[in-house]
Amino acid sequence: MYTEKVLDHFMNPRNVGEIADASGVGTVGNPRCGDIMRVYLDIRDGVVKDAKFKTFGCAAAVATSSMATELVKGKTVSDALAVTNKAVMEALDGLPPVKVHCSLLAEEALQAALWDYAVKNNIVIDGLKEPLPHEQEGEALGIDLQ
Amino acid sequence: MNKIYMDNAATTPVRNEVLEAMIPYYGELYGNPSSLYQTASLSKRAVEHARAQVADALGAKPDEIYFTGGGTESDNWALIGAADGCGKEGGHIITTSIEHHAVLHTCRYLEEKGFDITYLPVDAEGLVTVRELEQAIRPDTFLISVMFANNEIGTIQPIKEIGRLAKERNILFHTDAVQAVGHIPIDVNVLNIDLLSLSAHKIYGPKGVGVLYVRKGTKLKSFIHGGAQERGRRAGTENVPGIVGMGHAIELVSAEMREENKRLIPLRDRLIEEILTAVPNARLNGHRTERLPGNVNISFEFVEGESILLLLDTKGIAASSGSACTSGSLDPSHVLLAIGLPHENAHGSIRLTLGRHNTESEVNEVIRELPPIIERLRGMSPLYEDFISTQR
Repeated sequence: MYTEKVLDHFMNPRNVGEIADASGVGTVGNPRCGDIMRVYLDIRDGVVKDAKFKTFGCAAAVATSSMATELVKGKTVSDALAVTNKAVMEALDGLPPVKVHCSLLAEEALQAALWDYAVKNNIVIDGLKEPLPHEQEGEALGIDLQ
Repeated sequence: MNKIYMDNAATTPVRNEVLEAMIPYYGELYGNPSSLYQTASLSKRAVEHARAQVADALGAKPDEIYFTGGGTESDNWALIGAADGCGKEGGHIITTSIEHHAVLHTCRYLEEKGFDITYLPVDAEGLVTVRELEQAIRPDTFLISVMFANNEIGTIQPIKEIGRLAKERNILFHTDAVQAVGHIPIDVNVLNIDLLSLSAHKIYGPKGVGVLYVRKGTKLKSFIHGGAQERGRRAGTENVPGIVGMGHAIELVSAEMREENKRLIPLRDRLIEEILTAVPNARLNGHRTERLPGNVNISFEFVEGESILLLLDTKGIAASSGSACTSGSLDPSHVLLAIGLPHENAHGSIRLTLGRHNTESEVNEVIRELPPIIERLRGMSPLYEDFISTQR
């Protein structure tokens, strides 16, 4: 059901871990749905120098976290915003339909970390919206939590 | 790499003796049992022999055994047939919240048709309490359907007490015994069972064949309409090879049950104990002793089931999970939620079900391979990171 790239990023995830004193940290997802992603970004001079993640979830959740952190490394903050769920999915050669929400979570985790960075540094990043609080994640994705 | 199959509750391989008994009925003995010539009469005789084999295994009479297309059809027929046969528009059925979907979704269908259904809760170990069942009985209750043993957590229900109660109150009693047969001795008269569903592929028989036991005199409407097969109650040309396989499979598991359970139960218990000893923040789901001989179901905090299964698969170990990710929905198993597990723990559960092919060395290998997999996944889990930080 998974592409080779998804399985590769699940079996050998890139960038697993934490960054001490990260420029921005974003946690999204909901344990009720079975997915939580936390992304750490190290941003210097407006460029993402390093990205790490921790994920509780299925293979697709781990693989999308791994790929999203890979894609964002070395990018400027505004280019990092362009790492959407679609970009993550394409880089993984696709996801099964029931797993598309994992790629959305990866996008949201990145954006939440960028938001945290913007708030900490008191700057405005064009096109970046405040992430939803945790509890609303499922609803935002159209997932019935009952 | 050795392949270790520990998903015997999902399905089992057809055993050689069963397959050998079936093969002639795909070839030279192809006759339709309903026809009059000699080849056909051999098919007819084979079906009747299988019927007697099933009847023997259940303490039933051969003319109370009906062959179906599988456990799901048997469950559908039992519930819908009893509802149609109850002689009323609507009425009340009592079942449990941990039934297989073959029963639960049929109950939903009957609700749409105007029947009232009570879904009994279960306790933390997955047991129905007979007292609660008794309190749920209404004057219009015509059917109680409680599974013999649960497919996910292996808990065995107090079927004898339920059967006695149903008989006293003159209410039909159906049990889905798909997981129980071959593991627990069943006598439909001792247990006061009126309707009982079975499936062949869980007992080393072929897929696509099941049985519904129907106690003589039970008001049950037909479900599959057509020809006069199965004494006019279940139409369609008989799956002769499948039925022959069912007969042989049930005869063999019944004869071997006692010895096989003596072997399986210690293996199961060792698997449970060693995993729980090696992995902290893990718990057994289901009852410790009122449990199917081959069933192990464990929840691991902070990790997700599908990830565990895929990593086990890389080690050649086949298991299953109550995680939403393996069910195609976003909710974890209804059974694990019904025993009170929080969603996040239900997502992190795996089921290992042992069968006749599993050996002690396979159990040892799972005990060796599983703990590092949980450790590895916890190493990348933000939930575990948060947990550890609260422990400091």
